[in-house]
Amino acid sequence: MSGTATSRWGLRVLGLGYVLLLLLLPLGLIFFKTFEHGIAAPLDAITSPDGLNALKLTLLMVAIAVPLNTVFGIGCALLLVRHKWWANPFIDAIINLPFAISPVVIGLSLFLLYGTTGWLEPALAEAGIKVLFSVPGMVLASVFVSLPFVVRETVPVLQEIGTEQEQAASTLGANAWQTFWRITLPAIRWGVAYGVVLTTARVLGEFGAVSVVSGSISGQTQTLPLFVEKQYQNFNLPGAFGASVLLALLALTTLLAMNLLKRKEDA
Amino acid sequence: MGISVEGASKRFGDFQALNDVSIEVPNGSLTALLGPSGSGKSTLLRAIAGLETLDGGRVLIDDEDVSKKPVQKREVGFVFQHYAAFKHMTVFENVAFGLKIRKWDKTKISARVHELLRLVQLDGLAGRYPSQLSGGQRQRMALARALAVEPQVLLLDEPFGALDAKVRKDLRTWLRRLHDEMHVTTIFVTHDQEEAMDVAGQLVVMNEGRVEQSGSADDLYDHPANEFVMSFVGEVNRLGDGFVRPHDMDVVLDPDERTEEAMVQRIVALGFEIRVEFVLADGSEVWAQLTRTELQKLELRQGQIVYLRPGTTKSFSGDSSSNGDGASTPRDPQGGGDAEVSAAA
Repeated sequence: MSGTATSRWGLRVLGLGYVLLLLLLPLGLIFFKTFEHGIAAPLDAITSPDGLNALKLTLLMVAIAVPLNTVFGIGCALLLVRHKWWANPFIDAIINLPFAISPVVIGLSLFLLYGTTGWLEPALAEAGIKVLFSVPGMVLASVFVSLPFVVRETVPVLQEIGTEQEQAASTLGANAWQTFWRITLPAIRWGVAYGVVLTTARVLGEFGAVSVVSGSISGQTQTLPLFVEKQYQNFNLPGAFGASVLLALLALTTLLAMNLLKRKEDA
Repeated sequence: MGISVEGASKRFGDFQALNDVSIEVPNGSLTALLGPSGSGKSTLLRAIAGLETLDGGRVLIDDEDVSKKPVQKREVGFVFQHYAAFKHMTVFENVAFGLKIRKWDKTKISARVHELLRLVQLDGLAGRYPSQLSGGQRQRMALARALAVEPQVLLLDEPFGALDAKVRKDLRTWLRRLHDEMHVTTIFVTHDQEEAMDVAGQLVVMNEGRVEQSGSADDLYDHPANEFVMSFVGEVNRLGDGFVRPHDMDVVLDPDERTEEAMVQRIVALGFEIRVEFVLADGSEVWAQLTRTELQKLELRQGQIVYLRPGTTKSFSGDSSSNGDGASTPRDPQGGGDAEVSAAA
C-alpha cells in the first residue's frame, strides 16, 4: 500500500511540477510584469487608438471565423460519419492539413494565390476586392488555421451516439431537419462547444498566417497578437504585457463560459 | 391494419439479407418473426418500418403500398432492442416527442403522456432522465413513446433482448396483455422460440433470408414444414432419416420389431422433468424426456441397455431450406395436436 501511495504522490508532484514550470510560471510572470508598475501604462497602451483597433479586429476575426467553421465543422462531421463515401478518408486527412502545416506557410500560400502576381489577383482587382493587407485576407487566414477543431471534436461524439436515436425520431414522424435540431445537435452539443472554444482560442491567438497576409499595419490591419509583437519590438513592455493579458483573459472567458454552461446543465 | 410483404429482397454487399420474402400479417394480430441471427428477421421488420429500403418487392400497410413512403410518414411505432431513448430528454419529453412533432397543444400532450405513462406504469417517473431508469423501465418508456402517436402498426425489434431473464418474462406477459387491450397490429422479432410461442398468436420462422414456415405455435410444433423448423421450434432427435421429439420417445425394457437398442449414458433430473441421454448402436446420441414417475417405474441406471420406441417420426424429403413461400403448413397425416405440446415447449 505504502509503495503505491508513494508512487502516486511522486506522479502527482511530477505532473504538477511540469504544469507549473512550463505553463503557469511563464503566464503568471506576464500577469506580474503587467501590473508591476501599476495599471496605468498597460491600460494606456490598450486604450490607445491602435490598441483599440487591434482589439476590434481580433473580435471581428472571431465573429466571422468561429460561426463559419462551426457550421462547416458540424456539416463536415455529419457527412464523414453518417454518409459512407469512398473519398471520406481523404477528406478526413485533408481537414487535418492546417494542423500539420506551419501557419507561416499557410500565410505564404494565401499570398501566392491572392498577391500581386497571384492566380486570382486579376479577377479580384477587376472586382475591386482587396484581399491582401486588408480584412478579407486576415479572415481567410483565420478560417484556414482554425478549420479542423469543430470537425475533430464532433466526429467522435457523432460516432459514439450512433444512429438509433435519430431513427427513433424518424419513426415518430420527425423529418431530417427536425431530427437534426431536436436529437442530433443536443446529443453532440458538448463536442461542438469544445470545438468552438478551441476554434475561438486559435483565432484569438493566431499570429503567423495573419502576420504574413495582413502586413501588420498599425491601426489598420493589426490584430492583438500582432499589436503585442509591435509593442515588444518598440520596447513598450507594459503595452506588450497589457495586450497579452487582455488576450489571455479573452481566451479564459470563453473557456469559463463553456464550463459554467455545462455546470448549470449538469446541476 | 393488416401488413403484407410481397417478394421482399435486400442485399448488403455480398450478404443476401432477404431473399424473396412474403408474409401476411392479419389486422390486430400479434405476430413473431422468429429465427437465428442473420436470418433476416430484423431487416424485414426495418423494411416494414421504412428504416431500410428494399432492393425488390413491396410492403403494404392496410392494402396501401408504402414502399416509397419515407419512414416518418408511415405511422409505425418502432421499439429498438437498445431502447434508443433520447438521453437529453426526460421520460415525459421522450413520450411527448411524436406529439410535439405533430404540433399538439400543450394541455392535450400532457394528458396523453400521463395516460400512457400510467399504462406502462411509469407515471411517478415522468421527470427522470433515461440514465436514471432500469433497463425494463427504459423499454416501457420506449413503448409508451411509440404508442403515443397512435401508430397503425407496432414493430418491436428484439425488445427484450437486452434485459435479464426475470424482467424479460414479466414484460412478455405485460406485452401480451397490452396487446389484448389495444389490438394494434404488432410484429415482434425474437430469436427465442419460447418467447415467440409465449407472446405471439402467429409465428413466422425465418432462416437465411427466407421464410421457412408460418402458422400458429401448435402448427409449427406439430406440423413443421422442414428439418429447420422442426429443430428450431422445440427440441428434436435425429433417428436415421427421421426426426422425433424427445417427449415422444418411449423407453421400454423388452425389445419388439419397432424398438431400437440403446445404452443409458446420463440421467439429468430437472425437477419434474427428467432428461435421459442414450447412445445408439451406431454411435449416435439421442435423448428422451421422461417424468419422474416414469423414471422411477423403469429404474434406469447409467450403462443399462434399454430399448427405445419412437412415437411420431417425421422425415423431410429434399433440402431443408427449399421451402421459400412459407405460406401453407403441410399437414402430417400421422401427427395430431396433443396436450403435451405447450408443456414441452
